[in-house]
Amino acid sequence: MSAKSATETIARPRPIAENERAIWDLAATVVDPEVPVLTIEDLGVLRRVAVDGDHVRVEITPTYSGCPAVDAIRDDIVGVLGAAGYSDVDVRQVLAPAWTTDWMSEAGRTKLEEYGIAAPVPRETGGTINLGLGIRCPHCGSMHTRELSRFGSTSCKALYVCQRCQEPFDYFKDH
Amino acid sequence: MNHSNHVASTAITAESIADSSVVAPEKTAQYALGLGDDALVLAHRLGEWIANAPELEEDVALGNIGLDLLGHARSLLTYAGTAWDKSEDDLAYFRDEDEFRSHQLFEQVNGDFAATIARQLIASLYFVGLYRALSASTDATLSAIAAKALKEVDYHVDHSVQWTRRLGLGTDYSHERMQEGLLTMWPFVDELFREDRYADGLAGIAVDPRTLRAAFESEIARIVADAGLELPTVPPARGGGRSGVHAEAFGTMLAEMQVLARAHPGATW
Repeated sequence: MSAKSATETIARPRPIAENERAIWDLAATVVDPEVPVLTIEDLGVLRRVAVDGDHVRVEITPTYSGCPAVDAIRDDIVGVLGAAGYSDVDVRQVLAPAWTTDWMSEAGRTKLEEYGIAAPVPRETGGTINLGLGIRCPHCGSMHTRELSRFGSTSCKALYVCQRCQEPFDYFKDH
Repeated sequence: MNHSNHVASTAITAESIADSSVVAPEKTAQYALGLGDDALVLAHRLGEWIANAPELEEDVALGNIGLDLLGHARSLLTYAGTAWDKSEDDLAYFRDEDEFRSHQLFEQVNGDFAATIARQLIASLYFVGLYRALSASTDATLSAIAAKALKEVDYHVDHSVQWTRRLGLGTDYSHERMQEGLLTMWPFVDELFREDRYADGLAGIAVDPRTLRAAFESEIARIVADAGLELPTVPPARGGGRSGVHAEAFGTMLAEMQVLARAHPGATW
């Protein structure tokens, strides 16, 4: 967890300069293709916008190293900015500091829950097996849930089932 | 902003390493190539389990672990390729068997599920030690790739430990199979922690694998004992993966991995 606290201060660096902020706000409308309720700003994937004359540079960070959504996100940023008249757009991936779910916004967590995906909960580490704390069912609110699969439909999710309402649900893994 | 600051503040990976100004120094590239091959070969082996695992959740789990490893391979091979003006695809699809430097553990055929879990337990513990040390590399790109990979392989350890315990402490039969799996993979452990000639002369940049051995051995001894199993006492295999020495099955694996790219160079979808 220590690696996370060092990076919390740069969680959502929305630019101050007006021209950069305008571009940031456009890029921030791009959603994750796998979790379309979340924007890349909600996820903390949008990291930085820099303007140099007509040249625009947007930096994004992948959630997981192999996540294929990054390519779609890149294309969508170029598309959104292109429609707004920015034709010289360079989208770069940055790896450091490594993405963490701590960068997810409060608005993002709320939207995720409303969408039916449980938001990340910090894990206990250090034992023989890393034990997850209780995950609340996003459908009925029960804490009586069980992990079905540590890996889910995308890199960032695990599969749970609610023991009360019997509904399966995705859990956005703490990372 | 000078060049080195630029690299440190924006460690770029995969597709965009290629079109950025980051160029790996020759020796660093040679080192990154070996690490990239390790991740790529194991990613491919894990992919072979999709639709073949004992339960649906394991199709998904092994596929996801493989996807993470593929991400590490892409970053490492892309970075290595910047030294020779080669892309990640050039390196993955257009080299022959003896040009691959992956340790022999990673190419071992999947065997039964227990053998795969044994291989994955060894691999994940090795990767955690490696990437933890490499995240302190003075090379900004290697450090960034390692720091990101570390969080992922840490989660992979959990998966292997849980299965090692479940099989080791399960029925007599599952215990026997898990013990057999460890025996099958154990000869290939030693090679992971031998001197790596591509790490030589890269103090502070590369990780000397010999420094990772003690922590690995005590960790796996504890996990295996907790699962009611025993560490095999078998002599190590000759090794030589870093020098391009591979077993016959590796050629078959590579043929399957490379056939499409070689039959249709530049194909996209």
